[in-house]
Amino acid sequence: MSASTVLYDAPGPKARARYRLFGLLTVIGIVLLLAAVIWRLWSRDQLTADKWEVFYTPRYIELLARATLDTLWIAALSIAGALVFGVIFGVAKLSDHLPVRWFAWVIVEFFRAVPLLLLIIFVWFYAYDTRLGTIAPLVIALILYNGSVLAETFRAGINAVPKGQVEAAFAVGLRKSAVMRIVQLPQAIKIMTPAIISQCIVALKDTSLGYYILAAGLTTTGREIWRTFDNRLATALVLAAIYIVLNLLLTALGRWAERHITGARPPQALADKPGQPTAA
Amino acid sequence: MDWLTDNWLSILRGFGETLKLLGLSGAIALVLGTLVALARVSPVPILRGVAIGFVTIFRNTPLLVLILITYYGLPEVGIDFGFFINISLAMGFYTASFVTEAIRSGFNGVPLGQAEAARAIGMPFTQSMSQVVLPQAFRLVVPPLASVFIALTKNTSLAATFGVAEATYRMRGLFNDYASQMIFIFLGIALGYILIVAVISWIATAFERRFAVNAR
Repeated sequence: MSASTVLYDAPGPKARARYRLFGLLTVIGIVLLLAAVIWRLWSRDQLTADKWEVFYTPRYIELLARATLDTLWIAALSIAGALVFGVIFGVAKLSDHLPVRWFAWVIVEFFRAVPLLLLIIFVWFYAYDTRLGTIAPLVIALILYNGSVLAETFRAGINAVPKGQVEAAFAVGLRKSAVMRIVQLPQAIKIMTPAIISQCIVALKDTSLGYYILAAGLTTTGREIWRTFDNRLATALVLAAIYIVLNLLLTALGRWAERHITGARPPQALADKPGQPTAA
Repeated sequence: MDWLTDNWLSILRGFGETLKLLGLSGAIALVLGTLVALARVSPVPILRGVAIGFVTIFRNTPLLVLILITYYGLPEVGIDFGFFINISLAMGFYTASFVTEAIRSGFNGVPLGQAEAARAIGMPFTQSMSQVVLPQAFRLVVPPLASVFIALTKNTSLAATFGVAEATYRMRGLFNDYASQMIFIFLGIALGYILIVAVISWIATAFERRFAVNAR
């Protein structure tokens, strides 16, 4: 444990006693903080049945479950689209043809730099007359944004494939497209699995932005609930809990996929683990 | 182009508001994130656990839901610093979890051998920290920290949902008034954000160049 950090030596008996003291103080501090929070909630009538009743009423549990499914469905659509978009533009950024490379560069850099909400509002307004509804604009914007981030990821992954692999593939007579398709891309995807999973979590969190255009999903359903029962804090806390559970499940799924589907981690994996920051 | 000539002042004010959000929530994130990062790498196991809990909670909650909690929820229990600060609090706490991870990854990026070598030549703890470990960690922290702040710049747009008259909010208003020029308005506002992002990455690059190692 202490051998894994450069910051401090293995503790001796005195240091261990000191650490225990600090640990105890931390626990006391946290217990006091929790007590203060509960007292605050209690004294402001936030812990009453009429604020929380709705979350153990079967009809509303069903409503929330349906909203969760909507959110997951939107996230799944966006991630699937973003993966396709990412592969196409990631490969295009490495194209031998200058115009293709430039076009891909402009598209990817633009959609990566623009705030997602700005994009959602634009697509929603722009498509307003076409009666696309609210889910399609949300999914389109999510695909453009996450797809552009993934394009960069794929490009980095393709570049991380050892050069010898490509040279060997050319040497046995494969064409350019075949080298990309059956040598570079599969290895790039394997190298980049952790980064791809992180981006999936980002996409899942970003589905909450459907709130702005009232697209189906957890946040919009939450809005309906608190407008009916006037329990904004309780609803927001429940939404946060649902999202945390979903994301932790996705993280666990990612770790599992990393171990069992893609095999062992390649030696020069550039990407961060799913549990590390992706600057969402 | 009359949307621009007639409204440039209100657009600039919108970006001013965006920068205010960025500054306030960025400061909260930097201070809080550094504190949590110190706890995260501390030798006290319980402090580390608390820091992990903080990061897990705030990184896995969507920013929008956090703003719902601070904007709608906190006033219900009597904690109300005004909507602007309450929104910045949510953004600060959300971003703090990413700052923590950026700083931690910087510390972890310093090779173990560096500290061992420092100890082997007889440096005491304070000296090996200040002369060997921290300078290298700082250099490794700059690029991920820059991308955290770039992400924060884009996330400030969420304040538009709650009626803060920042750049995204202004764009929505312009969409209503100049429906035929929607694409140009979108590109214009996007360009503003891109400029802010460019300045942040320029500062990060300058930092990196200033502290670059010429050896190797």
